[in-house]
Amino acid sequence: MREAVVHIHPAGPLLALVGNPNCGKTALFNRLTGSRQKVANYAGVTVERKEGRLKTAAGKLLRVLDLPGTYSLYPRSPDERVTVDVLAGRAQGEKRPDLIVCVLDATNLRRNLRLFLSVQRQGLPCVVALNMADLAQRRGIEIDTARLSALLGVPVIRTVATDGHGLDDLRAVLDQPELWKTASPVPEGEDNARIGHILKELGLDTLQGELPSDKVDRVVLHPVFGPILLAVLLFFLFQAVFAWAEAPMGWIEAATGWLGGQAGALLPEGHLRSLVVDGLIAGVGGVLVFLPQILILFFFILILEESGYLPRAAFLLDRLMGSVGLSGRSFIPLLSSFACAIPGIMATRSIANPRDRLVTILIAPLMTCSARLPVYALLIGAFIPQRELWGGIELQGLVLFVLYFAGILAAMAVAWVLKRFTDAGRQVRPLMMELPSYHWPHARNVAIGLWQRAEIFIKRVGGIILALTLLLWVLSTFPGAPEGATGPAIEYSFAGYLGRGLATIFEPIGFNWQISLALVPGMAAREIAVSALGTVYALSATGDDATAQALTPLISSTWGLPTAFSLLAWFIFAPQCISTLAAVKRETGGYKIPAVMLAYLFGLAYLASWLTFHISRWLLA
Amino acid sequence: MSAVLPVPTLAQAVLGQAHRVKSLQAPAHAPEWKQMLEELGFVAGEHVAVLARAMPGADPLVVRIGQSTFALRRAEADCVLLEGGTSGGLTAPIDAATDAATGQAGAAHA
Repeated sequence: MREAVVHIHPAGPLLALVGNPNCGKTALFNRLTGSRQKVANYAGVTVERKEGRLKTAAGKLLRVLDLPGTYSLYPRSPDERVTVDVLAGRAQGEKRPDLIVCVLDATNLRRNLRLFLSVQRQGLPCVVALNMADLAQRRGIEIDTARLSALLGVPVIRTVATDGHGLDDLRAVLDQPELWKTASPVPEGEDNARIGHILKELGLDTLQGELPSDKVDRVVLHPVFGPILLAVLLFFLFQAVFAWAEAPMGWIEAATGWLGGQAGALLPEGHLRSLVVDGLIAGVGGVLVFLPQILILFFFILILEESGYLPRAAFLLDRLMGSVGLSGRSFIPLLSSFACAIPGIMATRSIANPRDRLVTILIAPLMTCSARLPVYALLIGAFIPQRELWGGIELQGLVLFVLYFAGILAAMAVAWVLKRFTDAGRQVRPLMMELPSYHWPHARNVAIGLWQRAEIFIKRVGGIILALTLLLWVLSTFPGAPEGATGPAIEYSFAGYLGRGLATIFEPIGFNWQISLALVPGMAAREIAVSALGTVYALSATGDDATAQALTPLISSTWGLPTAFSLLAWFIFAPQCISTLAAVKRETGGYKIPAVMLAYLFGLAYLASWLTFHISRWLLA
Repeated sequence: MSAVLPVPTLAQAVLGQAHRVKSLQAPAHAPEWKQMLEELGFVAGEHVAVLARAMPGADPLVVRIGQSTFALRRAEADCVLLEGGTSGGLTAPIDAATDAATGQAGAAHA
């Protein structure tokens, strides 16, 4: 057995979960280790190996690896390579597993057995977890586990990872010492013939008949109703982001306002009060208020993910994606980018074609990530009247939908240009995507997903957003105003000079110095642009009354509409996100692609804002 | 639906009609498709049927292969050569909605 070169891992037996994409590996891993990996009903959720610990029935602790799903041990995409390398003992910093738990989807035995046979050839001890046994049974697929075990020559355990069924049996099997010592028998003969034989023995050599999912698909994938349904769903989603979040946002605003008032009354006049009230509470509170909207957006994304609808949406959009030189497969990484471009960019590892992967990475930041939501929400709240159009459609929700749509259109346009002007772009891309059965989203998984998002957001608010807000407060406060100054002190501070310097670049697109300044810390995280505006405006206020004022009425009274529209257009492209650029550098292995990305997004943002500013000024004049 | 001609490739199969895979033939510009399709379960002897086609241009297709369901583009489905004749309609163990499927197929070919 070959060990990893540097043995930095805790000693002890290592167990690896291997299986086809979407066979329930991650759900099984979560159940076994008690960890909270993301589970979704589509292929490619596990893009890197994940590690956890498992306690066997006898109480022995084992290390467990959750490997990315793969259809074969001939890797095509980068995430499949991870699995192959680990099994062969080639993965850097990881020793070869001592035991493989091969997770087979009981509803798709033929395809899953192909992978199992190649796993068996690795010559490692092996156990089969026959997962989704409940679903198979409901479909009338009866699998004789004892017979299957005899045919394969390894133990077979029936499991239902989603409710934990059969996991105790699996834990008990892992305590048998002889299991760890004997490599599973290497299969003989040609795989297809052998699988055909196994399926015949088990009486499973049939075509799956009509499934409940097929009935749903007759509507969802209908040539006419399917696309309409998709558009309605997305539209409803953005309406809900505004309509449902109104009440909880009001509570958070009231709470931060109350806190600011209390702190202002308690603290003596001076720098400390300014720091707490103008810096901390105005800045951080201004971002925290968008938590409900982010959670509502994620609630919908999680439901769509869990239910199995996402691959259907990819199917419906395949022609459209094909027309710009991508396959429907790029849809799932792009949809993840609505949450954040970083997981989206990582999810491109499931795209086999390097050129498609690169194009998907380049356009991923054009999908409106959740960090941009606070910026949009602030500007829409300040400048778009709250009005119901016909049919109870809210104008604000409509504008948000249009902004998201503009990002998608821009992404399509960029992909089209890349297709049109590159040789590789004209080749045909394969789709070949599995459409998993629908299932009802599990409340537990959705709750975990929402909790993780809330945690990430609050950590960002408490970490980088807080730190930069405080830094900005320092820059905006010092040096203080000279004797006899007339304007607010901030205009004489470092930040004031910096802002006015930047404003010369951004003046042609209608940004004042406060906006230009807020864009700088916004590079670390886009929503900081909002907290930065909160701090800058709180410090710019001359009278005592204005300090307590919320940001929304403040900017709606001081900015013109063209400036607001221009800033919205800017954030559709918004090139300034350091973590995205870092992720692109990591994924593409160099500075070239992130530099290209930064340049092209900056250029597009500037152009779009310039056009928006001048056209709307001309229209409104 | 009486005179079903032998169907050469999966792309042309009638909706809801079950067939068996005869062999795979990848186009010259994408030889890797053969192996990719094999990995997904498109192997000789396996049962296969087309469940739906998107609009416009009947591309991509929803395909049942054995126990699983895949979305394939028409060019990909064209790689899957079928044995002559059909092996009957899509049998329905859950309920008999096959009529609806074949009815749709008739409409698509009208």
